[in-house]
Amino acid sequence: MIDLLGYGAFFLSTALVFAIITLGLNLQWGLTGLFNVGIAGFVAIGAYTSAILTTPDAPDRIGGFGWPILAGWLAALALAAAAAAFTGFATLRLKSDYLAITTFGVAVVVQLAALNAVGLTGGPFGVAFIPRPFAGLQSDPLAFNLVNLCVIAAVTLACYLALERLSRSPWGRVLRALREDERAAISLGKSARSYRIQAFAVGGAVMGLAGAVQAHFIGFIAPDNYIPTLTFQVWAMLMVGGSGSNRGAVMGAVVVWAVWIGAGWATSALVPGDWQARAASLQIVAIGVMLCLILLWRPQGFFGPRRGRGME
Amino acid sequence: MSLQFLLDGLISGAMIGLGAIGVTLTYSILRFSNFAHGDLMAWGAYAALVAVGALGALVGTMPLGPLSFGLPLIAATLFAMVFTAGLALLLDWLLFARLRARGQAIIVVMASFGASMALRNLLEFLFSSSPAYYSRALQIAQPVGLGIRITPDQVALLVMTVLLVTGMHLFLTRSQRGREMRAYSQNPALARVTGIDVSRVVRATWIIGAALAAAAGVMVGTLVQIRPLMGLDLLLPMFAAAILGGIGSVPGAVVAGLIIGLSEAAAVMFIGAEWRAGVAFVILMAVLLVRPTGLFGVTER
Repeated sequence: MIDLLGYGAFFLSTALVFAIITLGLNLQWGLTGLFNVGIAGFVAIGAYTSAILTTPDAPDRIGGFGWPILAGWLAALALAAAAAAFTGFATLRLKSDYLAITTFGVAVVVQLAALNAVGLTGGPFGVAFIPRPFAGLQSDPLAFNLVNLCVIAAVTLACYLALERLSRSPWGRVLRALREDERAAISLGKSARSYRIQAFAVGGAVMGLAGAVQAHFIGFIAPDNYIPTLTFQVWAMLMVGGSGSNRGAVMGAVVVWAVWIGAGWATSALVPGDWQARAASLQIVAIGVMLCLILLWRPQGFFGPRRGRGME
Repeated sequence: MSLQFLLDGLISGAMIGLGAIGVTLTYSILRFSNFAHGDLMAWGAYAALVAVGALGALVGTMPLGPLSFGLPLIAATLFAMVFTAGLALLLDWLLFARLRARGQAIIVVMASFGASMALRNLLEFLFSSSPAYYSRALQIAQPVGLGIRITPDQVALLVMTVLLVTGMHLFLTRSQRGREMRAYSQNPALARVTGIDVSRVVRATWIIGAALAAAAGVMVGTLVQIRPLMGLDLLLPMFAAAILGGIGSVPGAVVAGLIIGLSEAAAVMFIGAEWRAGVAFVILMAVLLVRPTGLFGVTER
C-alpha cells in the first residue's frame, strides 16, 4: 500500500513535469499557432543549465558553481527563453515551416552538444549528483516522493495560473488576434513578428523550467532523456488535451502519460524478452497513428473548450 | 592532407541532393515541409532489401563486374521506387489530402511529423534497429590520383545520381506534366483557371519525390548501411539543402546538397567526426539570417 502510494506520487510527479512542458507548448501552438518540433532541445537546455550550475565540482567537466536550486531554475528559464527567442528571431519573419525546420535543427544540435561537448555536459554519461530539493528526507522514500510531488505540483500550478493570466491579458488577446486574422491585427498596429517571438520565448522558458525541475527531481540527466520521442509525447499530450486550453494541456499530459506507462507495463508483462524492444517501437507507432487520427477527426482534443483550432 | 574527404563529401552530397529534390518539390507544390520524407527514404531502402533478398534466393546476387551488386539490386531498386511512390500516395490519400482540404498548412506539417514517427518505428518493429546490408561483398577502393580512392560502387551510384537528376530536370522543364507542376507551384489559382488538373500535379509530385527518396535510400544502403534511423539522420541536411538551394528549385537542391555534403566532409576532416550532424544546422541558420530565398530561389509572394 505504502509502495503504491509512493509509486503514485512518483508517477504523478513525472506526469506533471510533462504537464509543464505541454503548458509551454500550448502557449506556442495553442494560443499563437507556432509549430515547435524541437521541444526536447529546449527542455534539455533547461535541464543542463540548471544541472551544471548547481552540481558540486566534477573532475572531467566544468562545474562546482554550487548555485542554489532556485537560482539554477531561474537560469534554466532564462537560457531556454534566450534560445527560443533567437530561434524565433531568425525564422519568424519567414513562412511558418521555417520555424518548424529550425526547431527540429535546434533539437538535433542540442542533442549533439549534450553527447559530444564532454567538458560542458559530461558527454554520454550525463550529469549526476544534481541536488534534489528536500534531500534530507531521502531516507524516507514515501515522504520524499510526496514532498517532491508537492514541489512539482506547486510549479505546475504557478505556470498554469501565470499562463491563464497571460492568455486573458491584452498581450494574450493580441496573440489570439494574430492567429485568427493576422492582417486585421497588423492593421491595428501590432507587430506580428515581435509578439510571436515573445510568445515563443515565454513558451521555451516554460519548457526549460520543466527540464530543470525534472533534472532536480531525478537527480541525474543524460542525452538519452532528450530524444525526439519526448517532443512527440508532448505533442500527443497537447492534441489529446485540446490545443488552446491550459486545463486540457494538463489533463492531456496526465492521461497520455498514464496510457504510455500502462502500455509499457502491458508489453513487459505480455511480450517475451527479446521482443520487448520491438514492442516498444510499436507503442510509438500507436501514438503516431493516434496523433494523426486526432488531427483528422477530433482536432479540438478531448478536454479543451468546445471550439478548437481545427473547427474554426 | 588527403583530398579523400572531397570524394566522401561528393557522395554524401549526392545522397542529400537526391532526397532534397523531393523535399523541395513537396514544399513548393503541396506547400508543406514533409517531416516524413526521410522515412520514405528508409522505407525505400528496406523495400529494396526485402526484394533483393527474395530475388537473391531465386537467382543469386549475380554481381556485375567489379560491383558489389548486380541485376537483382537494380531490379529491387526499381521495385522500391514504385513501392515507396505507392506508400506516399497512400499516405496522401489517407492523411495529407484530407488535412490539406481544410486549408491549414501547418496542420499538415504536424501530421507529417506524426506519420514520420509511426513510419520509422514501424520499420524498427519489422526489422529491428540493428543495421542491415544489401551485400557482404568487400569492395577494393581504386586510386584515381591526388590521393583519392574510389570504389566501383561509388562510381556506379554517382552515375545513377547524375542520370536521375538530369532526367528530373528535363522532365520538369520540357514535358507537359513538368510544366504543369512548375505552373502550379508558381501560382496555384492561375494554374487551376488555365485548366491544369491539380490532382494529377499532386500525384506526380508524390511519385517523383518518393521514387527519388527510395533511390537515395538504396544509395545510402549500398554505400553506408540500412537502419530505421537513416532517414531521420538525413532529414536536417535535406531540409537545409532545399532551403539553401531555394525552395522549388531542383538544380538548387542538388547543388546545395553537394555543398552540404562537402561541408560535412570538411567538418569531419578538420573539426571532428562527432560534430558532423551540426554542419547542416549552421548552414541552415546562416541561410535563414542572410538570404532566406536561397541560392536559386525567388521571393515568395
